[in-house]
Amino acid sequence: MTLAIEVDRIHKRYGSLHALAGISLSIEQGEFFGLLGPNGAGKTTLISIIAGLTRATSGTARVMGHDVVQDYREARRSLGVVPQELVFDPFFTVREALRIQSGYYGIRNNDAWIEEVMQHLDLTGKADTNMRALSGGMKRRVLVGQALVHKPPVIVLDEPTAGVDVELRQALWRFIRRLNTDGHTIVLTTHYLEEAEALCGRIAMLKHGQIVALDTTQNLLRRHSGCYVELRIEPHRLPEAWAARVVERLEGGAYRLALKDYDEVESLMAALRAAHVKVHEMEVMQPDLEEVFVQIMQKAVSLES
Amino acid sequence: MTGFYTLFYKEWLRFFKVSVQTILAPILTALLYLLVFAHTLRTHVEVYPGVEYTAFLVPGLAMMAVLQNAFANSSSSLMQSKMTGNVVFVLLPPLSHREFFLAYLLAAMARGLVVGAGVFLASLWFVDVPLAHPLWAFAHAVGGSGVMAALGVIAGIQSDKVDQLAAFQNFVILPLTFLSGVFYSIHSLPLFWQAFSHVNPIFYMIDGFRYGFFGQADVSPWLSITIVASSFFALSLLTLCLIRSGYKLRR
Repeated sequence: MTLAIEVDRIHKRYGSLHALAGISLSIEQGEFFGLLGPNGAGKTTLISIIAGLTRATSGTARVMGHDVVQDYREARRSLGVVPQELVFDPFFTVREALRIQSGYYGIRNNDAWIEEVMQHLDLTGKADTNMRALSGGMKRRVLVGQALVHKPPVIVLDEPTAGVDVELRQALWRFIRRLNTDGHTIVLTTHYLEEAEALCGRIAMLKHGQIVALDTTQNLLRRHSGCYVELRIEPHRLPEAWAARVVERLEGGAYRLALKDYDEVESLMAALRAAHVKVHEMEVMQPDLEEVFVQIMQKAVSLES
Repeated sequence: MTGFYTLFYKEWLRFFKVSVQTILAPILTALLYLLVFAHTLRTHVEVYPGVEYTAFLVPGLAMMAVLQNAFANSSSSLMQSKMTGNVVFVLLPPLSHREFFLAYLLAAMARGLVVGAGVFLASLWFVDVPLAHPLWAFAHAVGGSGVMAALGVIAGIQSDKVDQLAAFQNFVILPLTFLSGVFYSIHSLPLFWQAFSHVNPIFYMIDGFRYGFFGQADVSPWLSITIVASSFFALSLLTLCLIRSGYKLRR
């Protein structure tokens, strides 16, 4: 099957800045893919190259098998992009903006689909309101709508929930998830790691223009060495050897300890038994994506230095 | 074609929705020029035998309106889109560089021609202007608006800020239009400035346009239209290359 997105050894230089330093990436059709990384890692630059908004210094990018430079018409027809910046055209109403966008893709008489998109994004009530008069959240919805007018098989969302309230965020994700279930490939960048963890099947982490991790979300979570244990004990004293492992003192005299792996739970229990400490409550916790992210980014830093 | 047509229509709507500012205001400005200059100079100047100065002035002012508004439309539209970031709406779709260029070009020409026609029609209230060779007038109006619309696309792509575009407008476009014989025949100028006017393409636009009204001009209309048409094709080619290369649009 044709890959939804295929990026091969992409480099992008702005003068002396090496914004992308050899990115290769394949995204299958139907994936919900996350692109994570700190500010300035190159996420938006990579998306811009895939969308044809920026030209790569070297390397190639394809959308649904179409080269984004050689075969830009088909590549762009296959792609819908929700840009990060809250941009809008102040001359038009919501409906006009969507109709015009649809026309740019060569689609006439698209009103039925436009109505449907507006309905899903809860924009019907604002259809004839000028873009200028909309709130930030509403403008964001229109941007999503504009990316969908031509029913693209691949949809890229560049931080779509930045500065968006909880209600809209959830509505937006429900809609995006539905699009994914309907077969659309979704590529997402976000700073909300819990969102990425909940939504994305596979994740690439970028740092300084390079991919530092690329795996399924589950594998990434598993790869994080270690786990956490929360303990409430009697008496309130940990054996000497384990006291150094406390990462946090919790309310009610409980401790949070970082363990290297699950096997250590056993040695911990043995040590507690030996010290005649009674365990009142205990919870073993998986690390979340945020911890994995921090760990990978730190590892990338130590590799560099 | 739908893509091109939509972009053209969008550009048309963009200025038509604010037509008080984009159409009526320049017409009013031109009429004020006409009233003031005609009132002060009517009795002193006769440029062509048998042509009253007020009548002589009308084609010049109409053409100036055509040129300035064609330039203003494409340049400000592109520059504003770049500044606000909504230029992505036209960069993301599968529009070719030809569609992109033609849409901005034709919409800008349309605004120039609408304003120019407005100036001409409104001035007919004040003064009788003959129209000896309408085709010559029309050809020069179309050619002139095309040159300036293409120049506007280049200026819009080149400018990142309002003041860069304003500098282009104030230090290039405005002097060239004012020194092109809008208000006078260049034969009334000292020799040096006559020679200078002959390398100014805008002079040929206005001179050829004026020929269409009075049947007389400083140079042959064939020479004028040749220069206007070649400027147009050269600028169009340059603009197409710029858009295709992604210069300042797809960095």
